[in-house]
Parts: sequence; C-alpha cells; structure tokens
Amino acid sequence: MNLTLRIWRQKDSNTKGQMVDYKVTEISEHMSFLEMMDVLNEQLIAKGEEPVAFDHDCREGICGMCSMYINGEAHGPDRGVTTCQLHMRMFKDGDTITIEPFRAAAFPVIKDLVVDRTSFDRIQHAGGYISVNTSGNTQDANALPISKHAADEAMDAATCIGCGACVATCKNSSAMLFVGAKVSQYALLPQGQVEAADRVKNMVAQMDLEGFGNCTNTGACEIECPKGISLENIARMNRELMKASVS
Amino acid sequence: MALNSKVPQGPIKDKWTTYKDKIDLVNPANKRLIDVIVVGTGLAGGSAAATLAELGYNVKAFCYQDSPRRAHSIAAQGGINAAKNYQGDGDSTYRLFYDTVKGGDYRSREANVYRLAEVSANIIDQCVAQGVPFARDYGGLLDNRSFGGVLVSRTFYAKGQTGQQLLLGAYSAMNRQIARGKIEMFNRHEMLDVVKVDGKARGIIARNLITGEIERHSAHAVVIASGGYGNVYFLSTNAMGSNATAAWKIHKKGAYFANPCYTQIHPTCIPRSGDYQSKLTLMSESLRNDGRIWVPKNMEDVIAIREGKKKPTDLSEDERDYYLERRYPAFGNLVPRDVASRAAKERCDAGYGVNATGEAVYLDFASAIERYGKEQAKILGITNPSAGKVYELGQKIVEAKYGNLFQMYEKIVDENPYETPMMIYPATHYTMGGVWVDYNLMTTVDGLYCIGEANFSDHGANRLGASALMQGLADGYFVLPYTIGDYLSNEIRTGKIPTDTPEFDEAEKEVKDRIDFFINNKGEHSVDYYHKKLGKIMWDKCGMARNEQGLKEAMAEIKALREDFWKNVTVPGNANEMNPELEKAGRVADFLELGELFAKDALNRNESCGGHFREESVELDGEQKGEAKRNDSDYAYVAAWEYKGEPADAVLHKEELEFNDIELKQRSYK
Amino acid sequence: MGGFFKSSIGRKVAMALSAFFLMVFLLQHFAINLLSVFNPDAFNEVSHFMGTNPMVQFALQPVLIFGVVFHFIMGFVLEIKNKKAQGVAYVKNNGAANSSWMSRNMIWSGAAILAFIVLHFIDFWIPEINTKYIQGDWSGTLDGVEGFRYYEELTHKFVSPIRVGAYVLAFVFLALHLLHGFTSAFQSVGATAGRKQTLQNIGKAYSIIIPLGFIFIALYHHFNH
Repeated sequence: MNLTLRIWRQKDSNTKGQMVDYKVTEISEHMSFLEMMDVLNEQLIAKGEEPVAFDHDCREGICGMCSMYINGEAHGPDRGVTTCQLHMRMFKDGDTITIEPFRAAAFPVIKDLVVDRTSFDRIQHAGGYISVNTSGNTQDANALPISKHAADEAMDAATCIGCGACVATCKNSSAMLFVGAKVSQYALLPQGQVEAADRVKNMVAQMDLEGFGNCTNTGACEIECPKGISLENIARMNRELMKASVS
Repeated sequence: MALNSKVPQGPIKDKWTTYKDKIDLVNPANKRLIDVIVVGTGLAGGSAAATLAELGYNVKAFCYQDSPRRAHSIAAQGGINAAKNYQGDGDSTYRLFYDTVKGGDYRSREANVYRLAEVSANIIDQCVAQGVPFARDYGGLLDNRSFGGVLVSRTFYAKGQTGQQLLLGAYSAMNRQIARGKIEMFNRHEMLDVVKVDGKARGIIARNLITGEIERHSAHAVVIASGGYGNVYFLSTNAMGSNATAAWKIHKKGAYFANPCYTQIHPTCIPRSGDYQSKLTLMSESLRNDGRIWVPKNMEDVIAIREGKKKPTDLSEDERDYYLERRYPAFGNLVPRDVASRAAKERCDAGYGVNATGEAVYLDFASAIERYGKEQAKILGITNPSAGKVYELGQKIVEAKYGNLFQMYEKIVDENPYETPMMIYPATHYTMGGVWVDYNLMTTVDGLYCIGEANFSDHGANRLGASALMQGLADGYFVLPYTIGDYLSNEIRTGKIPTDTPEFDEAEKEVKDRIDFFINNKGEHSVDYYHKKLGKIMWDKCGMARNEQGLKEAMAEIKALREDFWKNVTVPGNANEMNPELEKAGRVADFLELGELFAKDALNRNESCGGHFREESVELDGEQKGEAKRNDSDYAYVAAWEYKGEPADAVLHKEELEFNDIELKQRSYK
Repeated sequence: MGGFFKSSIGRKVAMALSAFFLMVFLLQHFAINLLSVFNPDAFNEVSHFMGTNPMVQFALQPVLIFGVVFHFIMGFVLEIKNKKAQGVAYVKNNGAANSSWMSRNMIWSGAAILAFIVLHFIDFWIPEINTKYIQGDWSGTLDGVEGFRYYEELTHKFVSPIRVGAYVLAFVFLALHLLHGFTSAFQSVGATAGRKQTLQNIGKAYSIIIPLGFIFIALYHHFNH
C-alpha cells in the first residue's frame, strides 16, 4: 500500500519543530509499524536527507523503548500492543498517518520522535525498591508464603514496561498509572510493607516535582496501556497515600 | 601469553567456599576511594552495579538505552533455573551442574559451572526479597516448571516475563544506590573504547548519544556486561541496539575472545515474512511441552499449502511428518534446542517449508487441546462428550498455559493459533562464545572484567533453557563482587585515576577519528545495507550447519564486504547530535570484524558440539547415523583468540578443559 | 497531613470530598423541591425551616458556600496545572478512542454549572439574603399571599420560558458532570475494584435521575402556572 506520513521533525530540544509530509510506497501489510519507518528512513538516506529519529529497541513489545503518538493515540490504533508490534494491516492504502512524539512537559523532545523519559527513572529512585542488600543469606525464598492471589496481582502491576503511553495519552499528562503500578506491586507483597508509607509519599512527591499532571480519572491510560495495567492501581496508590498520611 | 584459568585447588564442592575465605578484602573506608565502571545494565551489569555500590565502591554505570530497565535481558520469557529442590524431585547442586555441563556438550569449565549451580539458590532468595513476583501455587509457595527437557522441575518463572521481572528487580536495587549517590548512571551513553594505563584497564571513552559529546571516564576497574553478539546475523531475537562493540573493543585492546562460533539458534521463533524484516520474535520454548512439530509428508501438499489451495488442518495424520517424533522417539518434540533447530532446517532445506519463504514448520496444538479436553471432561464427569465440548474444554486449558504467547503470535502473524497450527522457524538467540575470562571473571587484561552473556560463559557449546538469567545474576550478584575485591585490594593506594593523560588522549583521538570518518565518508550505501549482507553470509555459511568450504568462503566474503564498507558506507547527519545511523555504523563496523573471527573459529573447530555443527563431523553409521559427533581427543579446549590486526590473523590460545567430576559422553536423544 | 493536601493526590481527594458534600446537598435540595410538586404546603414549611433555622443559616450555609467555591476554584486550579503539565498540544488527538466526552470536558460542564449557579443566586439566594438580612424580614410571608411566600415565588420564577430553558440546559450539563464525577470521586478516594460495578450503577442512576427530576420540576411549574 501507499501512504502519506505526517511526521513531527525537530532537530533538537532547543529548536522548534514542525510537521513534515512524506510519501512511502509498496508497504506490505505484514510489516510492523517500525519496519515501515525503516523503509522511510532508508528512502531518506538514499536521498541524502536525515532519517527520522525514533526510539526503539527490542521490537517485541517488552522493553518499553518505542513510543510514538500515531493518529492521535499512543502506540497507534491497536489495543494491547506497543508501536513495535503494531502492524500495517491496521491501516488502509492511501491513508495519511500522523506521527507525533509522546507529549508531556515532563517528557521533553530530544529529537524528532525521541523524548526524554528519565523523569520516570527519578520517580523510581525516590522509592521504587525494597531496601535489601545482596548477601547470599537473605531468608529462604519459601520462608514467607505469599497468597497466590496477592502474588498474581503484584505480577499484574509489575508488568508495566515504563513506556509512558499513560502519560502521553492522558489529557493531564498524569503519571499516576505508572506510579500506581509500582506502588501497588510492593504494597501487595509482604516484603514491601516495611517501607510502604515512605515509598508512596516519596514517589508521589517526586512525581509532582517532575511536573506530571493530576489524574482526573478519564481512564484513557488504562485503555491505551500496552500491558493493560488496571486503574485499580491508581485507586490503591490513593489509598496507600491516605493511609501513609494519617499514620 | 599462556592462559591461566586460576581455578582454585581442592575438591569441586569446596573450591568456591575456600576461595572466598582466602581472598583479600577491601575495608569499607577504602572502598570509598575506589571507582568501578560497569558497561551494560542488563541482569549481569545491573546486578553487579547495584551490589558493588552496596559494598561501598563508587560505581559509574553505562547503557545505550534511555533507562537501565530496558536492557534486553528484559525479553527473556521462560524462567530461571535454581537448584532449590522445592519440588522434592531429586534436584541438587550437583545435578544442576551436571545438566549444565552435559547440555553444554562438555565444552565448559567445570569449576565455573559448579559455582554457578552453587549460588543459583541464593539468586531466588535474593530476588524474592527484592519483591520479584514469581509464580506461586495455592499454598503460597513458589511454583516451578520443567524446562528444556531436563528431568527435574527447577525453573522459577513470572508468567512469560521472567527476564523482565528479574531485570526490574536488579533495576530497583540500582535505583536504591542511585538515590544514595553510590551509582552514577549514564543513560544514552555508548562505550566506544577501553583505556589501558600500564597494562591495566583504567577507564573508557564513551559517547553521549544525545549530544554526541565524547567523554572520558576513569576507574580502578572496568566491567563489561554488554551482552551477546547475536546481531552479527542481522536478524536475531536480540534487540535492535544489541551490539558487540564494547566486547570487541576490549578484544582489540588485548582481551582474548573465546569460542565465537558457539551460537544458539532457538527453534521456536516466528518465521520471517519478507525482506523488510528487522528482527525475529521468539516464543517460549515451553510451547514444545504441548505442541507437536510437523511438515507435510508429500511435496504436493507443501505446494498446495504455499499456494493457499490447502490448509494445514486439511491434512490427515497420515499425510503429516512429525519429524522430531520420528527421528528422536525418546525425546520427541522436547529434544534440546540445537537438535530441534537443525531438524527444522533439514526439512526446510529438503523443500518442505510451509510458508512463502520456505522457512517455516508447523507447531500444532490440536492434539494437546484434544488431550486436555478429554481430561477435563473426565474431571467434570461428562460422559461421551461431543468433539465440540472436548475442544472447548481443551482450548481453555491451553489458553491458561500459553494464552499470552498465542495472543502475541496472533498480533504478529494475524492467524489464530487455536484454529490453525502456528508456524515457527529457528532464529539466532544467544551467543555462548564471548570474551575469555578466568575463574575471577577477569579477562586477559588486568582490571578488566567481563560478565553475563558477553563473556564466554558457563554454557559451553550450548546453553540450556532458563540458564542465561541464572548466569547473568550469579555473575553480577554473587561472583564478581567477591572476585573483583581481590583485585581492588591492591588499588587502595592508587588514588583517583586522572583522565588528562596520553593514554586517554590517544583513545579519544581514535574514537573521534573513526566518527569523523563515518560522517565525512558520504558513500553510497546505508549501514543497514552492509548489515543485511553480513547477516546473510553468516546465516547461510555460519548458521545451523557449517562446512569447511562455506566457512572459508564466509571469511573471504566478510573481509571483502568489510573493505567495501570502509569505502562506500554513508552516514547522514552530524557527529555532535543524536545520530542513530552513526551509532549503527560503529556497531556494524565491529560486527564486520567479529563475523570473520566467528567463521575462523568455526573453521578451526572441526567437530560438532552443541550449537556448532560441522557437516564433516557426524556419526557415519549405527543408530546415531547423521547426528552430531563431538571430538573430545582433539577439541576439548576453549579456543581463545588474540587480536593481531586482522581477524584472519588472530592467534589461537587453547585452554584445555579437564573433566574430573563428570564423565564425557556423546549426547543421545534417540 | 498538611503535606498530603499539597500533593497531587491530596488535591484530588479534596476535590472528591467537596464533591461528596455537594452531591449530598443536591440530594436534599432535590427532595425539598420535589415537595413543591406534590405538597406545596409542606414545601413552604420546610423552606421556611431551612431559611430561618440558625443551624442551617449560620453553620450549614457557610459550609455549603465554602464547598461550592472550593470545588470550583480547585477545579480551575487543577485544570491550569494540568494544561501546564501537558506542554505542547498534539496536532492530532483522538480522545474519543479511549475516554468519554464527559471525562474530558469536566471543566466545561463545570463552567456551565457555575454560570447556572450565578443565575440561581440572582434568582433566589440574593433576594432571600436581601429580604432577611438587609430588610430584616424573617416572617416568610408576602403581602397578598396566603401562608408562606416560598411556593408562590418558586412558581413565579418558572413562568419565563427562557429561564426554564436555561434551567433545563444547566441540568443537562449537571448530568454530564455527574456521569463522570460520581465514580471519579470514588476512584479518587481509592474505592476498590470489587465495588466498582455497583458504584458505576449507582452513579449512573444518581446522575440521570436527579437532574431529570429537577428538569421535571421546572417544566411542571412552567406548564401548570
């Protein structure tokens, strides 16, 4: 199929960007979206133009590196996938596809479609861990039974890949799904209890400091999350913070 | 230089304990005076950085991704082995050790593997303490599954995302140290060379991938944990950015490179669909526990299927060739990865591949669905269930076990694997070869360490399923932090390493010159053009089956391709900005050298062992006719290559492998 | 606890708490208004009680005013903060793909409700304050009207079709606001997933029945007088 791509081009963080139109031809419906972008880039290189910079790495939907806001949706129109697993069969011959970087004040553009998501890392630094040293003599893994239900729920929260689609999609650029998922993973496990109160306070404080917006419960993040992280994690974080603040 | 593996004396069971008791330690006050650089933040690098920082060293960690959490360890699906014997099925340290050595086709260092098995149990304890949500049973205890055809259930898992959860565990441990200021994290940085001062590794040259700035970083020791070189094949299950640059640069600075020809080609990947393909996706090996692999018996059916005139489900049992069950009745579909991969290639080479590219076989769940369905009907007390009911019940069980994999397959291929068999084909997945290290995980350069997949590792010629995660974390959490202390105990009086020295000047100049060359060359072909060509040579001639003629051709072709690359490659953009093409150019330049050494090593090793199959070395008769034949009398050694300017001129050093605790046997899966 | 209400989550919780208060108020306001349809005398009695009881006048009324003002100001503050958090806007954004119109436009439905409240104050509250506090007339009666004046004043207001139209429109916006706001408030204070479906059902019922009831009352008086 033949497509028109309307892509955000921006030289670097200090330069103003703009949308530029490109044409690509003979795109197979079996291609992944990023393979289509590869075709465009090879085309641009052949013409002596600068290829479009975009983040990507594992191309199997788990590393969370790829981003892109495609036709008004984070990771494009398909559900439960990242951009690297979005396939061209979701589009039609002759379509114009609008491709923008993830937008949020806390995710400044580095170049073209590449954004800086280190604000997520800094939130994790604030408390996204359990304080245990590597010693080789922590207690036996089975010394502390954990109900299957809690373990499974913690796992569901832990599947977050930190891609930032929740922020990109949120009209308020709120990071609460991301932070809620991490807070929940540890809050659900007994190992995480000791530091639970400090963790949620510190992580939320850092989240606010980074300039993410407030959650208004539109639920868009849950729908666009490639890993289906549940809104329940935000509710749990709210409870955890209230609990931490009164105690 | 003669290779000294520095394996401690004494019985294998006591080596590690005795060694730890006797090594020199660095006191806490002195640790503050010592800097360590860790390149790569996957399971090995991440766990090492965190642990070294906990101990009190100043760690500088580097990764090319935008966050340490994205290292490709994250993509490991199946699980992690540990000799916990929670299932009471007879597992033990010795048995894990034995299985690993045997699975590696007797080409690994016994003492290292034993140590790996020994610390495996600690890994699970450590990860659980960190909050890794491993799967549990209804009693709240950890669940295990059997994996990769071994006889015990020792694999711990977190759904199909074990690598992700373990990596996030290591990442969380890093985060804690970053917050404490003990780890300085350099995201979007790529190491482009190591700096040696008086024969010791003293720092690195790195490029800031956002600004393009070339930076100098010094330390008292450098740890390389940059993963494997599977992307030498262009198409692999590795991440797009996975590269061998760090490992190759240290090789060029004196670290020997061991067994590059040992590559694992994983049998259950989603087949290539066209020339535009950028990477291959692996599906967990666990699928082979229930899936049956087949191709049509008759060529007419193959053609009809490719033309879309027939569907695989139209073929009766008699018209199908379950070739693994036919050739290996004892293990059937559960033969080790290398055997399964070669068998698929054999059928496809014979023309029986079932998709348009001719490179695909079926993985069929119909009989599993039926078997589970009948079982369920029995449990539910349904007598004479209809075929539809059996299917419905069976599908539910299969969905519970493999639902996420089936869904992933459907997203990529757009076919429903419950209704039609999956198509699979082998793909490059893991490299057992890598930088040679001694028992301390130190390379042939003083103060330069290599851990995880980047080293030549404990897997010999073939890695067992769920052992990569185990090795990465063992190296990073439990081995390196001890062994590096022994070396650093001599560095407490060294003081800060300055970066304004001639050694740093020279290394930086080399790096800058190369970058300038790429930017100014303005040739006619893109970097990917060369990478794809290299990949094709590697896949055709250094792939699942290799022979002398092909390997010689490969060496010549790669050399010619490399020369063309240095004349005609084009890199758009500038050096002082984010420039993904420039990053790729540097990586492909290194692959173009590594590929040739790979072929040279494969040519040298005229035996079939593990992932390395030489067509000249097969059993000629008997029950094993046509199967791989190992040659222990001539090749029971590690081939460690010393860099001499051109890959073809590399000098071979042999580390003879001694097997005192395990008897060498020819593998048989018949 | 002070730090809590400065955090993003704390602000949301405060927003939710004021919303709960307003929803309870709305319910009692509706119940009293409904009396005007079935029993004008009872309506007059209750209105007089509410208008003259010191507890209601000097305790509940200030709380209500504070609640309303807080909810509005906080709503606008959060909106400004959120706009700032967003930075550059998308060229193309397909919000309908993942969220309801109501959830994305709380600020507009809220603004419409604010406009209505201004009208409502002019219509009822300011004359009431004028009568009671400036003119000092606490009798609740009017010359030429038998008994209390409240019912008469109420029906009088609904003569004008323009005003009735404005009321109807405002209550449509109120319904839209509540359709998202009801469950949103519960989510903000951390209602668990297990109760989600029940809450959603109650929320829907509340958000539709109450505004519809107000509309019914307005139309009833318009067409009956």
